[in-house]
Amino acid sequence: MATQPPVVSFKHVAKRYGAGPLILDDISFEANRGDFISLIGPSGCGKSTILKLISALSPISGGEIVVEGVAPSEAMEEMFFVFQEPTLLPWLTVAQNVAMPLRLRGSKVQKRDELIAKSLAMVGLAERAAYYPRQLSGGQKMRVSIARALSLSPRILLLDEPFGALDEMTRDHLNEELLAIRQQQEWTAFFVTHSVAEAVFLSNRIMVLSANPGRLHEEVRVDLPYPRTEETRQSREYQKLVAHVSKLLRSVERLRDQAPAAATA
Amino acid sequence: MKITFDRLLPVLSGLGLIAGWYAVRLALDAEQRFLLPQPHEVLVAFGDNAPAIWQAVRNSALGASLGFVFAVTLSFVLALILSLSPRVRTGFYPYLMILQMTPIVVLAPILILWVGPGLNSVIIITFLICFFPMVVNTTQGLISTDRNLVDFFRICKASKRQEILLLRVPAALPYFFTGLRIAGTLAPIGAIVGDFYAGSSAGGGGGLGYLTIVFSSQFKMGALFATAAASCALGFIFVAGVVSASWWALHHWHDSYTKSDS
Repeated sequence: MATQPPVVSFKHVAKRYGAGPLILDDISFEANRGDFISLIGPSGCGKSTILKLISALSPISGGEIVVEGVAPSEAMEEMFFVFQEPTLLPWLTVAQNVAMPLRLRGSKVQKRDELIAKSLAMVGLAERAAYYPRQLSGGQKMRVSIARALSLSPRILLLDEPFGALDEMTRDHLNEELLAIRQQQEWTAFFVTHSVAEAVFLSNRIMVLSANPGRLHEEVRVDLPYPRTEETRQSREYQKLVAHVSKLLRSVERLRDQAPAAATA
Repeated sequence: MKITFDRLLPVLSGLGLIAGWYAVRLALDAEQRFLLPQPHEVLVAFGDNAPAIWQAVRNSALGASLGFVFAVTLSFVLALILSLSPRVRTGFYPYLMILQMTPIVVLAPILILWVGPGLNSVIIITFLICFFPMVVNTTQGLISTDRNLVDFFRICKASKRQEILLLRVPAALPYFFTGLRIAGTLAPIGAIVGDFYAGSSAGGGGGLGYLTIVFSSQFKMGALFATAAASCALGFIFVAGVVSASWWALHHWHDSYTKSDS
């Protein structure tokens, strides 16, 4: 494992939008193949910005990012983004939505149908293929969004708080589903969340960020074995980690509150 | 029971209106009665002048349709150009405003001198009236695409052409149809007003506007009312057309057609 080059590496990365304040400062880390990294921290700490930098949706202001050995903009085919909102095209059916990335990246129609069926089956929505997004619940829409990302079999999956708007039951269920899918499709994941419990349940690494500007405060390793189930949530180890990360999060929030107000402008 | 009564309401109010019409007519002095023909007299006038009215309806419908189609097509092309950058919009919008602000009464004589009275002038006037709401609405639609959806297309490495055709244009459809509804209401009005100022009877080409001038010069009140009714019917046909097109394009996915629970 150690000899393999990192999937994603950040070296002293800084980011600011235009002439605005520094959003991210001196971020350095390496992600290895198969890592499930959660990014957690107070609002405005630049969690989502990190995903945008990896996916080349936004340029860096300093430092260097290498994805699969090349610049992020050259590695776009290796990754896919799952947004906070389902971001489905409302005028297309579920199947047509899942097909869109394949269509845009020019995959053959026959192969496309096969991949759509497979991805929808993975998220348990095979029988909803002909539905329109407005006929689905919030959780189902998010599942379609995940199926759409999976259809491309990405090597890196960037998830920007995908379950934030869902109720806790649905969220727990989707977390388990996500890990089950990961058993079938090995990808490296970057997962932005506000939920400590979710971060601990899903990840093997949690990066706690502080705000104004966003810096890497501390990294927590989660050595709980996969597959993780409802029993994992009951385990003492899990509870201890949740308590530990919560404490860290509280401390960085205190730091942010003490920071000069000008930085939030 | 309530539903049946609700359905009868328009019929009942229509009958009430006709009764009121007769009542007002009876209340008028004898020498003023010619100003308000009775409903049945309007029907008779309609019958007597049917060939002329029918011909005028066809001419106005042709002018309105062609002006409308040109406006929709060209406005779409211009909206695509305007959506490309805020700078282009800043450069173009003032001139679009001028187009909208100039009254038809002022433009008509110029158009008559340029292209002659008749169908050509009517088409241009209809076009000018329909163009502005179409451009403004469609442009707004094309630039209002959800930011996340644009990012999603960028991650998929979509070309600019794919982004426009597969994302921006379909996402702009609700705005486009809002413009279309406004333009659809304005098109027959534009054609009739245009015809009033710039119409011509040459070659049987006069429309409803021109016919109005003819009937009013002859003091044919019944025929004038019949012409008004025909104009109204033409307007309804246009509105029904655009409403149906809008329903056809949007009902299966757009929230505005979602059945509410209440």
